[in-house]
Amino acid sequence: MAVLQYREALRAAMTEEMERDDRVFLMGEEVAEYNGAYKVSEGMLEQFGPKRVIDTPISENGFCGLGVGAAMNGLRPIIEFMTFNFSFVAIDQIINNAAKIRYMSGGQFDVPIVFRGANGAAGQLAATHNTSTESIYSTIPGLKVIAPSNPDDAKGLLKSAIRDNNPVIFLESEVMFGMKGEVSDAEDYLIPIGKARIAKEGTDVTIVAHSKSYHIAMRVAERLENDGYSAEVIDPRTIRPLDIDTIVESIKKTNRCVIIDESNPYASISSEITFQIQDRAFDFLDAPIKRITAKDVPAPYAKNLIEYYMPQEEDAYQACLSVMYAK
Amino acid sequence: MAKQTKRTSTRKTASKKKPVAKKGAPDQNVVPDSLSFSQEFDTYPAGKYTHKKLGLSEDQVIGMYRNMLLQRRFEERAAQMYGKQKIAGFLHLYIGQEAISTGTATAMEIGKDSLITAYRDHGHALALGMSANEGMAEMFGKVGGCSKGKGGSMHFFDKENRMFGGHGIVGAHVPVGVGIAFGHKYKEDDGVAIAFYGDGAAGQGAIHEAANLMSIYDLPAILVVENNQYAMGTAVHRAFGQVEFSHWAASYDVRGSVADGMDVFSVVKAMQDAIASAREFKPTMMEIRTYRYRGHSMSDPQKYRTKEELDSKKNEDPIIRLKAYLLENKITDEKTLDAIDDDVKEEVMASVEFAENSPAPDLDAIYDDVYDSREYPFLS
Repeated sequence: MAVLQYREALRAAMTEEMERDDRVFLMGEEVAEYNGAYKVSEGMLEQFGPKRVIDTPISENGFCGLGVGAAMNGLRPIIEFMTFNFSFVAIDQIINNAAKIRYMSGGQFDVPIVFRGANGAAGQLAATHNTSTESIYSTIPGLKVIAPSNPDDAKGLLKSAIRDNNPVIFLESEVMFGMKGEVSDAEDYLIPIGKARIAKEGTDVTIVAHSKSYHIAMRVAERLENDGYSAEVIDPRTIRPLDIDTIVESIKKTNRCVIIDESNPYASISSEITFQIQDRAFDFLDAPIKRITAKDVPAPYAKNLIEYYMPQEEDAYQACLSVMYAK
Repeated sequence: MAKQTKRTSTRKTASKKKPVAKKGAPDQNVVPDSLSFSQEFDTYPAGKYTHKKLGLSEDQVIGMYRNMLLQRRFEERAAQMYGKQKIAGFLHLYIGQEAISTGTATAMEIGKDSLITAYRDHGHALALGMSANEGMAEMFGKVGGCSKGKGGSMHFFDKENRMFGGHGIVGAHVPVGVGIAFGHKYKEDDGVAIAFYGDGAAGQGAIHEAANLMSIYDLPAILVVENNQYAMGTAVHRAFGQVEFSHWAASYDVRGSVADGMDVFSVVKAMQDAIASAREFKPTMMEIRTYRYRGHSMSDPQKYRTKEELDSKKNEDPIIRLKAYLLENKITDEKTLDAIDDDVKEEVMASVEFAENSPAPDLDAIYDDVYDSREYPFLS
């Protein structure tokens, strides 16, 4: 096991896949000469040259469409968004073209493309630079959506995403890029898309959380452990398709569930998971499902407000106690 | 090349010498005493070219006539089938613009070069070699259709002939076309990608981004605005400050040209030159001036133009024009042309029968081709 930063794990995944397959290339704003706005692609221009690591003008709609066309013509593009907030300028290319061309062409054209970059809140950046996009992209048939919470998953899932023959939305995080973690040394380390990870086994309550929220979940589980409660933590890792089977199996054991989700609450990932649990495991629930999300407002700038906006560890802890009727 | 493009732009000279200004202020930050710009554009007027000059055989020209007629009769029949409610959704007819699709296909190396267009796509598909059967069945929503009944009139795809669609969102496919060109260059397969869009689409930001990207990456791409004068009911002069669309090329530092879309030979020549240029990684923005005889779609009352305007344009009909050329030059005779007409009618009628008899998709097929595998756990 090597200890890598999250950004280094992403870079390792891209580098390995580009070494393995000439059709893979990386394109985006500042990915080449600047070495990546967040240094994810540092050194890749030097290794692969300007044919395969390509700077773009600030033209998300244009270069995402270019990626779709290149994918239709037999290449396997990795398109980097500096952050997914800027993907909205290109959302037409993602939703109308990448996601639907296979279907509309009766399966004639594959669109093997990865759109990757930072997603979600990253501090005092105000409303336009703090959007969690997972529920927006997950609602679109034809897309797969992945949101890894740690370097090991980031590497194994990004490699799988690049090899997948479907368009994949790969959601990273500005505040996790520097996070270190052990990453498998296994040669050709692939984590299957659509498989959740049981991060901690437990018996009293199931906490479901992805991306940054996963780390809140682990802290809450530790506090509960100190109180004498055993929480099971599940990181879905892939948002679409969702590994609901693993979640349902856990709930059959714990009979209680709390979801931590950094998205705004309305029609969010937590809404969807809640529906699927009641659909599949209603009779196993001993308490209503609770969720902790961002507030139902645009992200504010002021320090105290943005902190208040985010899902709170204390709220998640209290929610767990509440569904266990422990208070 | 009909004529070499000449440019006298100070910026152009500077940028060629220094493709990327790495450090320090680039020259253009210093404001000169005066600044002027001029660029010549290649033009391809009607009546200027003969098939011999273009290197086309008599058989090829007869084949082009047949292909244009096939598009015309196919769409006339489609309109009739729409009236009978055999075809649903939107139906946008290409009638009047057939010289563009046929002229382009004539200049392309089919199977090597690529084409992408918007939703007025029947003509391009038939010109590249899609069968009338596959086209008609697609509009009937049957499994025998080119997209197995999943796409309809606006989404004709034909991978074998490198027809990359049929796209419904105005302008959105043009960056995709530039990406197809990017693929050709990356794979070093000598292919060229041609992206067609209407004058209405020229108002979309996607066109600007696509043109800029094909310029900076020196892609084997041709962006073609089929200027049929109207975006639905909005005449071009109501929508654009600069209605000379070829002039837009100057802003992207690419080759600009304009062809008469009522003369198929003008289109062939314009495309031959643009393709040759693209193979050397010099992209073109081309305007082809044409006219749409029918409404925007089947529900268009056409109150935005006069009957006189429409009638005057019909005198320029590209099919009638080519027919006259064939007869005047004694390439063929009336009898042969009548036989072609009968043959085309028969092919189109057979396509209607094929479409009628092709089965509707199984309900279970609704889950096919969403992802590359049926193993995907769809919600129900």
